[in-house]
Amino acid sequence: MGLIAQVGQWFDRRLQLAAPIREITEHPVPRNTASWFYVFGSAALTVFILQLVTGILLALIYVPSASEAWSSLQALNHDVALGWFVRAMHGWGSNFMVAIVLIHMVQVFLFGAYKFPRELTWIIGVFLLLMTLGMAFTGQVLRFDQDAYWGLGIGASIASRVPIAGPMIVKLMLGGPIIGGATLSRFFALHVFVIPGMLIGFVALHLLMVLKLGINEWPMPGRLVKKTTYENEYHQLTRTDGAPFVPYAVWKDLFFAAFILLAVAACAIYFGPFGPTGRPDPTVIQTAPKPDYFFLWLYGLLSYLPPSLETPALLIGPVVAIAGLVLLPFLSGEGEKSWRRRPIAVLTVLLIAVTLGTLTHLAGFTPWSPHMNAWSGDPVPDKFLHSSTALQRQGALVFQAKQCRNCHSIGEGGGQRGPALDSVAVRLTQDQLIRQVIQGGGNMPAYGKNLSPAETTALVAFLESLHPRTQSPARDAARDMILRDEPAKHPDTQP
Amino acid sequence: MPNENTISRRGLFMKMGILFNGVVATALAVPIVGFLLSSITRGRANGYLSWVSLGPVKDFPEGETRLATFRNPFVTPTDGKTVDTACWVRRVEGDQFQVFAINCAHLGCPVRWFPQSGLFMCPCHGGAYYRDGSRASGPPERGLFEYPYKVQGGVITIQAGELPTPGSPTASLLEKKPPCAARNDLAPRNDLISIDGGKLYASRETNASPGEKKPWA
Repeated sequence: MGLIAQVGQWFDRRLQLAAPIREITEHPVPRNTASWFYVFGSAALTVFILQLVTGILLALIYVPSASEAWSSLQALNHDVALGWFVRAMHGWGSNFMVAIVLIHMVQVFLFGAYKFPRELTWIIGVFLLLMTLGMAFTGQVLRFDQDAYWGLGIGASIASRVPIAGPMIVKLMLGGPIIGGATLSRFFALHVFVIPGMLIGFVALHLLMVLKLGINEWPMPGRLVKKTTYENEYHQLTRTDGAPFVPYAVWKDLFFAAFILLAVAACAIYFGPFGPTGRPDPTVIQTAPKPDYFFLWLYGLLSYLPPSLETPALLIGPVVAIAGLVLLPFLSGEGEKSWRRRPIAVLTVLLIAVTLGTLTHLAGFTPWSPHMNAWSGDPVPDKFLHSSTALQRQGALVFQAKQCRNCHSIGEGGGQRGPALDSVAVRLTQDQLIRQVIQGGGNMPAYGKNLSPAETTALVAFLESLHPRTQSPARDAARDMILRDEPAKHPDTQP
Repeated sequence: MPNENTISRRGLFMKMGILFNGVVATALAVPIVGFLLSSITRGRANGYLSWVSLGPVKDFPEGETRLATFRNPFVTPTDGKTVDTACWVRRVEGDQFQVFAINCAHLGCPVRWFPQSGLFMCPCHGGAYYRDGSRASGPPERGLFEYPYKVQGGVITIQAGELPTPGSPTASLLEKKPPCAARNDLAPRNDLISIDGGKLYASRETNASPGEKKPWA
């Protein structure tokens, strides 16, 4: 017997792990599960391990103190050899992890894998998703820059809306009355100890159940799940059409895991680390904070919800969403598994994906935010000033100087908060323009107190000139008639 | 064979052991929970709010709104720059001021003042406020948060110390209502309540000189 085998036997006599490991690796899985669709779970685990390793490496340098965190990140980026690379791997790893966990969840949902007897596996998976998002948010806080600082303020503002307990939750979350040293310390504890500890435990449980209950077979349209017969059918399947997990199915997991690690590394090298952006100094207010990628959809949603719906949506929405996910296997724990015969399931996934995708896309250019520098920075396009009168030019100046441009675009530049004004004269008559400018309305502030009559006249003259050459400006036909006929028909309206 | 109603000596000891651990765990839970909730209870006991100076009144010209900064009265050793807070100071006339929190009443982003259009604009979700802090447009449900202030010896001081959030008690008590609503609510708004050291004061007069004009009048 070789030396290695002898050493191995010495250990196994004491550890007694060889037999259970062999049992796990060689357990039979249905042949049709050796598919590229079944690699996302192991890929999520791979990225999680990558995050553990890179996270520990970052902790060698990072200082979780509000006064020093930002500087220690700068040191990681610029002073420590390959510190930038480890930061970039950790940052991109988190993006990949959220994405892979979501893809895994969609695959499990569409393949009916949450049905009997794997309900608890799904529920633990829901908690794993929440913890992954928790890691993403707390991780964004640890990158203690301007975005992290104001992002915490947004989190506190949301938490404060909880009835009665809101202010207490805010103080508990911040560790004090303001965002400060205690806040960063407790988010560090959450990100480094609490959530990862729970993640490791829940991942272990999740995996154990996959082993105990067997991987979900490839769903066949028409093969319905019944609680009374499913387990026998599954064991029959693995006996007649099964193959050992190692090596029959595992090679695809291995290839995909390596591919994902390469992809993370490629993104890390090409795009580099995330931030940190500006120093977390609350007196520097020239900032437009933005959440990280996976929360951009929420940023968009909070801009579009009507004010009256916002608090209920923020407080009830997550509860309903989580309850829906947890209750899903109890609501449809039996029956059809194949997505080919579950059109509502497919449409639900598509609807959620399109919604989240659209909101994320919109959050990329934030049409709801005023462009703070448009009034001073964006030029008035030549075509709108061509052969204009002195009054109209004065109006263009008022338009810029009163920051109208921050919310209204003309030509290329300007905010998109309000409607574009390139052809506003076609839509609104002179009277309507005056009324809109003075009184506001329709989500526009009233400018009556900030415009002199002369400025209003000039501004409206400029706005009236904003119409395509082929379209004449809107006019009030009734007014023309009244003005023409007034002396004859309305003598009593004369002064 | 043991009767169902009897209990063995070892079984009794085990149950007593569990009970003993339960008692110890409960006793230990008191300081642990107390520690965890210290950021809440501390606020109750001593109060995070204090009066802090924004500087001499002459730094704020009448009719203008200027950015001022102050150091948060509650500081811990690792806070760094985060204790430096900004606020907008509007001097209406004389000793009549309005001091607005920098945080948007929607989700807390820093609002910017544009004197030309007389608006505060928020870069995040597009909330806008008029010069008196009342809501102009966008998602905020209310006007800007206002700090209680007083002018003494030519210096303006404000009562600050907590991050203003839509749900905080100070925020709801200092709410700036739109003019039409304020007309009906004039009486209750005149004896505005301020929170000092966790205690409610019946009126702003307790903290301000009797002749002080009210900023919302």
